[in-house]
This record gives sequence, structure tokens and C-alpha cells, in this order.
Amino acid sequence: MEPLLSLKNLKTRFHTEDGIVKAVNGVTYSMNAGEVLGVVGESGCGKSVHALSIMRLIQIPPGEIESGEIWFDGRDLLKLDENEMRQVRGRDIAMVFQDPMSSLNPVYTVGFQICEALMLHKNMNKNDARDRAVDLLNLVGIPEARTRLDNYPHQFSGGMRQRAMIAMALSCEPKLLIADEPTTALDVTIQAQIINLVVKLQEELGMAVMWITHDLGIVAELAHSINVMYAGYIIERGNVRDIYHRTLHPYTQGLLGSLPVIDEAPGTKLISIPGLPPDLVDLPKGCPFYIRCTYRVDQCRLEVPQLVEADNNEHSVACWRWQEIAGKGTQ
Amino acid sequence: MTTEISTLVQVQNLKKYFPIYKGLFVNRHINDVKAVDDISFDIYKGETLGLVGETGCGKTTVGRTILQLYRPTSGKIIFAGVNLADLQENDMRIMRRRMQMIFQDPYASLNPRMTVGSIISAPLDVHTSASRKEKRDQVQELLKIVGLNPDFVNRYPHEFSGGQRQRIGIARALALSPDLIICDEPISSLDVSIQAQVVNLLEELQDRLGLTYLFIAHDLSMVRHISNRMVVMYLGKIMELADRNEIYLKPLHPYTQALMSAVPIPDPDKARNRQRIFLEGDIPSPVNPPTGCNFNTRCPIATEECFKIDPEYREITPRHFVACHHAEQFNN
Repeated sequence: MEPLLSLKNLKTRFHTEDGIVKAVNGVTYSMNAGEVLGVVGESGCGKSVHALSIMRLIQIPPGEIESGEIWFDGRDLLKLDENEMRQVRGRDIAMVFQDPMSSLNPVYTVGFQICEALMLHKNMNKNDARDRAVDLLNLVGIPEARTRLDNYPHQFSGGMRQRAMIAMALSCEPKLLIADEPTTALDVTIQAQIINLVVKLQEELGMAVMWITHDLGIVAELAHSINVMYAGYIIERGNVRDIYHRTLHPYTQGLLGSLPVIDEAPGTKLISIPGLPPDLVDLPKGCPFYIRCTYRVDQCRLEVPQLVEADNNEHSVACWRWQEIAGKGTQ
Repeated sequence: MTTEISTLVQVQNLKKYFPIYKGLFVNRHINDVKAVDDISFDIYKGETLGLVGETGCGKTTVGRTILQLYRPTSGKIIFAGVNLADLQENDMRIMRRRMQMIFQDPYASLNPRMTVGSIISAPLDVHTSASRKEKRDQVQELLKIVGLNPDFVNRYPHEFSGGQRQRIGIARALALSPDLIICDEPISSLDVSIQAQVVNLLEELQDRLGLTYLFIAHDLSMVRHISNRMVVMYLGKIMELADRNEIYLKPLHPYTQALMSAVPIPDPDKARNRQRIFLEGDIPSPVNPPTGCNFNTRCPIATEECFKIDPEYREITPRHFVACHHAEQFNN
């Protein structure tokens, strides 16, 4: 089966006064239609920038997509002109952002903003668009949808705004929904509502979802496969069970170790990763995780490890010593 | 095993209302934001008491009111046997040495124009008469304790990462060797791997210096990790208070049960196989809380009684307090 989205050696840079920020450093992977992919990493790991690159929403300059290919549905998005790209955005790929207040326009009603996309991409007239908008708000669980359409974003609570954003993103039935930390600003009970909603909608509509987050807990629940990113590289990739139960990369192990588990035994100590992520302007020559890694050897300092297939063709890791680490895990 | 429990802080029937005024020339007091509405709990010496709840539940206000950064509307805060409300300004200042705070945002809580050295020695300037050299030595010692290089004294906050800044904030809080530190969401703005570093540091300092923490956060698994006991707040009231294990294994309040079931679990099998309790809707406004139980608008088991009578906050089993009409039912 042809994958829905396929990235080949994507590199994104930003030219700043301090130098060239190497935000995405050769990312290659593909995802299938209907797949839920979790993209996990800490701030500055390139997870959002890589998603914005897919949407071609990187501001150029200072940004630059230095090289790579982004194949979506048989076309290389990087080769499309701005008009063609505008057709893709919203209709084929939709995005939901972290902060629903700043991604909704405060001076237009929620209804207007949902109808706008429908009228633009689906050539609907005003009345049809309005009816569809009511359906969408019902779908995402906003009560009294018809009256709510005439509300302004400030009249919605945080959770409702994020629901409205999701309704808007779903309005044109995209093949891929990119959700960039959509629940980070929300409380846990609201977060649970939103996750539940997206899982339900994904199953009903069969779209692919890319869920970007720093929280390994959230994607454990909803993702089929996971990319772990660090300093602009994918350092481990695999199906969700392999990532959590047969973790290979020392960074992924560290991330999991630094999370408290709600049912942990008393007195459990968290395993923290020492040090800080590297400066993206001045990346080390070898493995980006070298300075913080407990498994480091000389080779790691000198050469960047490539993402290689490990135990099966769905699980890959970028670490020189993954085989030793894998051996240790099974003992 | 602790045989003797001594209480460091007693909070009794604490209320903090923020008045709402209306009118341009004549300010009429029209209503109040009932941020904290009649809560009572104790903080034991040497423990970590976790305080959890969602946005707007009043958890930060509780922390600030304990430090008398806000004057309580009514109720008592008894710190080491002294009712703080009775203290004059000067006596309160002396008392403040014994209680410090670590803030959520390590960017906003450090003055960008002050060096790290002067930030950490500021409490020493106010409260002690130490000489410059003594203060400098002490600052360097504090930097060492929190795991920073003592040569950093002359650097400015912008030269540090978020986690390092939070360490500077911790060093400042430790400067006067306080008894109580109120940690107000100290890790929520940090990355996962850095969160663990800061939490481990806080735990280590507690063991070493015998500190008492009130740890305020919305991340339940982290609060459970660090706390001995936990308080769950909702809309200005305490819903439940119990030992960390008890509250996790046997939550008696439907809100606590929902909160626990909403915590993300970093394990795909466990996360997919558990039963979740979904709460409908959002938190009501603290200006007009519902009559009866505060939680009745979202509660999956609310009965008629819950809409009429505010449930009493009571001890159901030893050291396990709940404010729910149906708590006894869950207990059986």
C-alpha cells in the first residue's frame, strides 16, 4: 500500500542573528492512511517545526526548507506553488494548535470561522455551510450548537474552543489531521474528553492523525506508532508497544524513567536525564544525545548514528549501541 | 515509621473572597469570586502535602494566603502555634523567614536585571545582618546545594535554561533555612527530563534539611510521586484528603475518581484497558457556585440531596476526609 505521507530527508533551518538554527535534521518516515502517529519530544526537538514544514507554514525567511521531499497522496508538497498548497491546507491536511485562543480570530463568530472553510473548500452556500457547521459542533460535543455558532471565541471555555478548532479542522474531512499539543493548555479532565473525542472521530472518519506532544502518557493511549525526536532527529521509531516495552534508545528510556507512574510503589526514585539538550545552532558533530548519554563511547562523539531497523521492520533506532541495549533488556 | 506527628501549619475554615465592583464613580460591591471557600487542613512537620485541582480551583490562592500574601477573608492560619492573622506587620516579617515560596514560572520570578548572586542573597539582605563576605559564601554554598556551579554568582538569569532558573529559585527559597516551602507548580513549565531533575532535587533537599512542602500542581502522577498526603480541591473547596496510596487505591469522591482515571498512563496496554470516568462540561464560575455540592453540575452520581445540601467535609475512615454525600457508600 502506498503510504499517505512520506518524508524523505527533510531538513529545516532558521537563519537568525545567533547563527543557523538546525531545527529539523534529515527526517525520514512514512505514515499510512488511517494511522495514528504520535510524535514525541521535548521543547526544541523539532516536532512542531517538522509539522509546520509539512503544512508549508514555515516563514521564509528566516526559515528555509533546505532539502528533502514531502510526499503526500502522490505529490511532493515542496514542489507545489502557493495556490496549490492552499488547496491542500485545510482540505487534505488540517491542523489543530496548542493554544485555541490565539488560533481563533477573536473578532469573528465561531460559526463564521467554520463556515468560511466550508464555503472556500467545498463551495457550499451560506445556509448549507451553516447547517454543516451545526453538525460539526454537535459531532465534537458542543451543546446547543445552533446558538453557539453566533458566539465569539471569548464566550467559549478553553475546552470548548479546542473542540471548535477540531470541528473546524474536520470540516473538510481531511485525510490527515495534525494535532500540535492540542491538550497541553487544558486540564486533565478536559484533556481526557478531547483525547476520547479524537479517538472516536478518527475511528468513525478513518482519517490519519499525527499527534504531537511532549507527554508519553497521552500517546500511549491513542497512537499506533510513535516517532521520538531529539535535536531535530528521529532517534527512535516503532509501533507503540515496542516503544514502551522494548525501548531501545537511551533517550527514550530516560524519558520514560523520568515520568512518575500513578501506580508506582512508594519510595520510587525518578531517573532523570542529566544535563540539557544541545544548542541547535551548535550541534555536536556526532550523536546529538552524546553529552547526556550513559552508554556513550568514542564512536558516538564522532559520527551521527543513522536510523536503522532493529528487531522488526517497524522498529528503528538511531544509536550505535542499540544491539547491546536490546540484549540487556531481554536478559 | 513515624510515631509522632507534629503539626506545622493548621488551616481552619479559611475563606478568601475577591470582591467584584461595578460602577465608574460609585463602586458598588456586587459579588465575590469565592476562590477559597471554607477549607480546613493540617500540614505535618517534615511531610509533603500535595494540593491538586484544575485551573481556577483555588489551589494557588491557598498557597498565597498561607504566606499572608493575601489576607484571608475569614478563618485562621496557625503556623507553629501562632495565628498569623494576629501578627503585626513587623512580627509577620520575622515569621516569613520560616516560610518561602517557589514559583511556577522561572522566567517571571527572577528579576532579569539582578545577578544570580544578588537574587539569592536578597532574602539575606532583608532578614539578616550578615556581612558581604558571609553572604557571598552563603550564596555559593546554596548554589552548590542546588547543583549549580558556584562561579555563576555574577551571571544574569537569561544565561540559564528553565530548569537551571528553577534551581536558582529554589536556592533563593532555601537562603533563610525555612521550615515550610510552598511549591506552586514548580515543574509545570519544564520539560519532562528536566522535571525529574527538579523533583529529585526537592526530595533530596527535604531529606537533608527536614523541609516541609506544600506542593501545588495539576499533574496528579507527579504530585502522588512526591507527596505523603494529598488534598483534592474543586471550585474553592476540598473534596478529599488522604494518604497518597489511599487516595489512589480507594478514592471516595467521584471527582477524585474521575481525576485519577483521566491521568495519562505511559503504558499502552494499561492505558487502553482501564475504565475511564468522563466528566461532562466545564468547571462552573466561582462567582456563582452551584447550590448544594459544588461538584453537582458534573457529578455522574449526583442525587437530589446533592443539589440542595452542601455535603459535610468529614473523616470517613481514619485520616481520610471526604466531602460527598455518597462517600460512605463508596467506602463499603
